[in-house]
Amino acid sequence: MTSLTTAPEETDVLTRLRGDLLTHATTTGAREVAYSIIETPLGRLLLAATPVGLVRVAFEREDFDTVLGTLAEKIGPRILRDADPVDRAAHELAEYFAGERRDFDVTLDRRLTTPFRGEVQRFLPSIEFGHTLSYRDVAEALGRPRAMRAVGTACATNPLPIVVPCHRVLRTDGQLGGYIGGLDAKRALLESERTRA
Amino acid sequence: MPTPLPFETAIDAHGATVLRVCRAVLGGHVDAEDAWAETFVSALADWDRIARIENVRGWLVTVAHRKAIDVLRAKSRQGPSLDLVPESPTTRGRPEATHLDLYRAIAALPPGQRTAITLHYLAGLPYAEVAAETGISPAAARRAGADGIRALRASASLTLPFPIDPDGESA
Repeated sequence: MTSLTTAPEETDVLTRLRGDLLTHATTTGAREVAYSIIETPLGRLLLAATPVGLVRVAFEREDFDTVLGTLAEKIGPRILRDADPVDRAAHELAEYFAGERRDFDVTLDRRLTTPFRGEVQRFLPSIEFGHTLSYRDVAEALGRPRAMRAVGTACATNPLPIVVPCHRVLRTDGQLGGYIGGLDAKRALLESERTRA
Repeated sequence: MPTPLPFETAIDAHGATVLRVCRAVLGGHVDAEDAWAETFVSALADWDRIARIENVRGWLVTVAHRKAIDVLRAKSRQGPSLDLVPESPTTRGRPEATHLDLYRAIAALPPGQRTAITLHYLAGLPYAEVAAETGISPAAARRAGADGIRALRASASLTLPFPIDPDGESA
């Protein structure tokens, strides 16, 4: 394949053209998803928002290209990189990691989840910072004591980890269970919350 | 059906190629940038469909080329003061001078050669696709490409930055 090195002048022009295109997509309402990638103590996180609200928080181990492909499939392919729509979430996450915030106050778009999983995920923020429950506790609290496995699935498929604190749910025997960001991330979140609780 | 391509990914992957195509037709100035913008605005409007086609780059490149040619034709209808290939300001010592000179030289080629160089060498389309886009035979497209390369080599002090042929053959 032909490979021309991108000249510095070309990069500048492309940055400007891309900015104008982003403005066009935003002002015409064509954009379906905006995303930005932020640095955190747990590595890079991808934050994505629709006009409704924050729709996805993804860990780098999920592979950002795969995550964007899934967003294109499930929401729409008009996806553009833009920090503004996720600015508030980014700010609150920075405060959380700095130990200055215990719960989140951003509007969420829960369309990436199913009704029962959504019910579980809406329950999760009621588990306070620094506390944990078991999958069984959550199932019982929701009046569905036999739905432990479904609760586990709901936590494992939480599209908004950290912001919706599925990391605060453990196995009944106290083992960590799973985590979309990896067990090291779950351990780190629980540990840092415990020391600050 | 392939996973739809996020629009941002298409800009990242193909934005530079589309700019080169527009500049090869219109030279390195604002008309080329307008053609780039029009190409991506059209793509965005129809992105539900385009995001799922296999050869997104081919779509962008051919649309960009057509839009650039439209601008060129509109300009030539406007009158005699053609300024399609403007003189550049002094670029001595600036590294970007070389590639803008190259676009100026490509834009000055006869249309057949310019199209073959643009689509084949700058945008990486195989000669079969160049032929389909321009309505000539693949052999004629290949000849136009070879003639264009010869003409560019002959023009003053240009170093060609594309020694590799997308078909895997030497020019």
